Amino acid sequence: MKKNKDVIIETAIFMCGMLSIIFVISIFIFLFKEAISFFWDYNFIKFLIGKNWYPNSNKPLFGILPTIIGSFLVTFGACVVAVPIAVMSALYISEIAPKGVRNILKSLVELMAAIPSVVIGFIGIRTVVPFVKFFFNIPTGLTAFTGSIMLACMIMPTIITISEDAIHSVPWEYKEGAFALGATKWQTVRRIVLKEARPGIIAAVMLGIGRLVGETMAVMMITGNSANIPDSIFDPVRTMTATIASEMGEVVRDSAHYKALFAIGLVLFVITFIVNFIADLFLRKK
Amino acid sequence: MSKIEIRNFNLYYTSLHVLKNINVNILERKITAIIGPSGCGKSSLLRSINRMNDTIEGVHVSGEINIFGKNIYDIGIDVRILRKNVGMVFQRPNLFPISIYENVAFGLKINRIHSKKNAINEVVEKSLKSVSLWDHVKDKLHKSALSLTLEQQQRLCIARVVAVASNIILLDEPCSSLDPIATQKIEELIIYLSDQYTIVIVTHNMQQAARVSHNTAFMLLGELIEFDKTEKIFTNPSMNETEDYVSGRFG
Ligand SMILES: Nc1ncnc2c1ncn2[C@@H]1O[C@H](COP(=O)(O)OP(=O)(O)OP(=O)(O)O)[C@@H](O)[C@H]1O
Ligand SMILES: [Mg+2]
Repeated sequence: MKKNKDVIIETAIFMCGMLSIIFVISIFIFLFKEAISFFWDYNFIKFLIGKNWYPNSNKPLFGILPTIIGSFLVTFGACVVAVPIAVMSALYISEIAPKGVRNILKSLVELMAAIPSVVIGFIGIRTVVPFVKFFFNIPTGLTAFTGSIMLACMIMPTIITISEDAIHSVPWEYKEGAFALGATKWQTVRRIVLKEARPGIIAAVMLGIGRLVGETMAVMMITGNSANIPDSIFDPVRTMTATIASEMGEVVRDSAHYKALFAIGLVLFVITFIVNFIADLFLRKK
Repeated sequence: MSKIEIRNFNLYYTSLHVLKNINVNILERKITAIIGPSGCGKSSLLRSINRMNDTIEGVHVSGEINIFGKNIYDIGIDVRILRKNVGMVFQRPNLFPISIYENVAFGLKINRIHSKKNAINEVVEKSLKSVSLWDHVKDKLHKSALSLTLEQQQRLCIARVVAVASNIILLDEPCSSLDPIATQKIEELIIYLSDQYTIVIVTHNMQQAARVSHNTAFMLLGELIEFDKTEKIFTNPSMNETEDYVSGRFG
């Protein structure tokens, strides 16, 4: 009797596992199918490095280079802002804060990770956007820079939580050994703890990047949504995700434009897949 | 001549009174063993001598520990310098997950004893030689320290201490994770090092205390029952408790 139950439960778990794999594969096949039919009519290289995105003109151009640059700028900027602050916070929470404070901070950070990105975008519009416009004296506050700052706020909780786990799991024996040789707390952290926690921290950052690349709502609201190649981070940009989200609603089904959006989706899928794969490699190295 | 004088020393873990009015003089360039049943406070006493107990929350102490006539619990004592001079080897080898070379160089770098590469190389070589590890590892200095056998790891832990410690080495059951042959080799090393270092070794193993030490302290329930020449402790102790313990009647 007991055995039957075990078999049923095991099978159910196995099916669930298989189902998630099947989902990922079918998403990929679906994207791939639509995207491939686009590339029959449109050169792949021209798509990838074309400088103009004019989907609605008489002779439409589907160059996604501006949106690739847009995504890259915002992602890179957000990392530059978020990573140092997040790693320092993780160090503080794990190594310096007293136990009571540590627990409060940990739950707070985890709570912050749950803020929906549309709320982040909304807060950005009301605060950082006018500030950037005023402070840098530029025509609009809707820029790649603004997006980077808000997205940094968005991914910081994730990076903090995962890095904190990595830092916290460095065995006490290592620290004890360092202290016994006369090391200060900071020397121990810098030379032993950070070194040992590095794979975990890198994985945290990669997961953060994965989220950044795929982020849509907040960037659509605060980066200006302009599909031109920016001159600097203080120009409006448009990301790949924002392109799909803002145009999918009005596009004619099965048109070249429609398929081009799927092709962008495929590029995004491949990028996030690679980023997550790298994150996984580092997590496994741990 | 005594190097470490422990005077009316008490230690508490929050409210738990673990060391009770300890008085003992540890002699220079001698091996002193601390024996006693589990939980009697051997490790706590040992860790008081380099103030490693400071790293544990809720520990407080009273009394004095004088090293070279200076109370290490005085205000104004730099704990880092104390820990550099009074090296410690732990129960399980606790090497850093970095290369063999970097493990030995770590203490030199953080204490800014040497900054020039040549000087560091020299001390690393000398330290590894003094624990008879050099010939074995000289061709793989930059391999991970964790690739060594447990015995070699414990040797390397001692080398790491020898590289920076000037005169005192504390060992807390250094052989408890080793097999008998490795244990014998580490014991030989400890005896060899006592030419230059004042050594305090905590051990569960009475034969080990009898084999390596010159003096032995017997502890029970946080008190120091007896301290004397090792020979006397094991053949003709003054206290009944000591007699019972060394003859194996309890513990
Ligand atoms: N961090 C701590 N917090 C609270 N109590 C502790 C702590 N460390 C040790 N103790 C207690 O202090 C007493 C002495 O412990 P200690 O580790 O010094 O004994 P020991 O003689 O070294 O024992 P063993 O032979 O098992 O290593 C024990 O009763 C132990 O439970
Ligand atoms: Mg102990």
